[in-house]
Amino acid sequence: MSTTTTTIGPTTDTQPAALVSATGAGFATATVQSARRTFLQYLRTPQLLVLPTITGAMFLFIFRYVFGGAIDTGHGVDYVDFLVPGFLLTTILWTGMNAPAGVAEDAASGVHDRFRSLPIPRAAVVAGRSLADGALTSWTLFVNALLGFAVGFRTHGDVAAVVAAFGLMLVATYVFSWVFLTLGLVGGNAQAAQGISTLIVVPFTFLSSAYVPVGSMPGWLQPFAEHQPITVMVNAVRSLMLGGTQAAGVGHTTGYWVVLSFVWCAGILAVFSGLAVARFARTR
Amino acid sequence: MTPIIEARGLTKRFGDVEALAGLDLVAESGRITALLGPNGAGKTTFVSAVATLVRPDAGELRVAGIDVAGDPRRVRQVIGLAGQFASVEPAMTGRENLQLVARLFGLDRRAARAAADDVLDRLGLAEAGDRLVRTYSGGMRRRLDLGASLVGRPRLLLLDEPTTGLDPRSRRELWDAIRGLVADGVDVLLTTQYLEEADNLARHVVIMDHGRVIDAGTPDELKDRAGRDVIDVRPRAAGDLPAVEEILASVSDDTPQSDINTQRASVSVDTGADKLTLVVQKLHDQRISLDDVGVRRPSLDEVFLALTGQALAPSGNDHDDHDDHDDRDHGDTAAA
Repeated sequence: MSTTTTTIGPTTDTQPAALVSATGAGFATATVQSARRTFLQYLRTPQLLVLPTITGAMFLFIFRYVFGGAIDTGHGVDYVDFLVPGFLLTTILWTGMNAPAGVAEDAASGVHDRFRSLPIPRAAVVAGRSLADGALTSWTLFVNALLGFAVGFRTHGDVAAVVAAFGLMLVATYVFSWVFLTLGLVGGNAQAAQGISTLIVVPFTFLSSAYVPVGSMPGWLQPFAEHQPITVMVNAVRSLMLGGTQAAGVGHTTGYWVVLSFVWCAGILAVFSGLAVARFARTR
Repeated sequence: MTPIIEARGLTKRFGDVEALAGLDLVAESGRITALLGPNGAGKTTFVSAVATLVRPDAGELRVAGIDVAGDPRRVRQVIGLAGQFASVEPAMTGRENLQLVARLFGLDRRAARAAADDVLDRLGLAEAGDRLVRTYSGGMRRRLDLGASLVGRPRLLLLDEPTTGLDPRSRRELWDAIRGLVADGVDVLLTTQYLEEADNLARHVVIMDHGRVIDAGTPDELKDRAGRDVIDVRPRAAGDLPAVEEILASVSDDTPQSDINTQRASVSVDTGADKLTLVVQKLHDQRISLDDVGVRRPSLDEVFLALTGQALAPSGNDHDDHDDHDDRDHGDTAAA
């Protein structure tokens, strides 16, 4: 029995058994289509984008104006200048945290099953999703940067350094999108995924140098706070934006923190992209 | 002609649940095959195996002659899956949804658009095609979902409980659409708990329970095999039911069944028409007035009861099937 490939036409084809064997999309097309779906979802469901932006603004407001007066940065830097780099870096986590619920929903509702039954490379589906999530989080990052400047943040580094800081944050955005994708895939349902994400994001954002100097924390918290990846990345971004590690209140050099940040990014990306692909692509 | 599905000795275990326990099934091309069975029978697991989502622990499975375990990618080129829930994207239009799937099948932009238009026409969704799916009714979503499994022009359509939760009218619309597909040359395997559905749509019905096939045949063959004619009586007054039951018991060696809700009593008999005359005479003698009396072939419900010893879920009810997607892996305890 041979299968012929014909162009799709109306059903009044003279070959009713137009049993076309479609060959299936390649990696690039499949990735783009998968990304497009997530994009349209967010763009056409405004609350998905607007709400995180509003809560982000509230967060910034609270820390800058309500807590800011009481927090001593320890080395003469204005709190707003200390805060905003940390705020921006952690925006990546707070915004990215919205993705797992959607991913879990897709998994539970049969969307992933349909994708897996199609003749496409399974990895492309998650690759597309992470691209879209990363892009949407980058948008929020941009908006929050504007907010930061609006409440008084000023950079003190040179332009190249500031650009590098944003570059690092964009890389981190993409890397963390894989983390949240994985959480969504293993979460099982939207609430569980949301819950796990919160349990992870809260310690990593607060027990870091993002909002307060690590030195101000009790001794028993410092080892974790000092070495965890968010602190490393915040230190890098802060040093770049404020013109050096001294202004950022940390030791070593700016280069040290930047390189270490990229090492963490590479590691996290390798682990979580592997996990996500393996989990999505598995045949039970 | 190669059968569209050949399954031999399929087994699959999830944790300590045996979802498939030696399943043998052959689905011939050119007709709708229905897999009928209660919750937990293993229907979804079987469909998932055919759709390359689940790998059986043992046994052979072929789709259009292609070995599923050996060449899953080729199988994916010829199947279309519509799972238990309409998995179309609400934030996209009907047309966009279909184009998405068509692109994923490898069609270029123009061919994808043409395929989407064609499917929208066939399923009566052309007018709604440019509206967001979130504005669609449940029945329309299901039809669109069916459409999404069609854009790739599959040889085999896999429909897992396609009309669950739909109102009767949407159900019939979907049935018409499905029948139209077979006329166009697509083979269909559908799973259902609705006896009416299997009876109405399929020429080949496979009854399944506990992971294996119990019986298979055309709806009429199954009814022949498992049942005798049934005499059905509906007295006007519910209070007469016991008396009716007694009369029915007297003409048959079988125990009469009665249902107080529908106010019917029935019993299976060997010579339907003759026994009917007897029953009518006795009812007349006792001056019991009737709403309905007649002899009929057994329903698939009775077939199932006869074959498996248990009742199937009532047909056509608003059955809450949320506990049916039990084969999905939410943790490792899956009750199939």
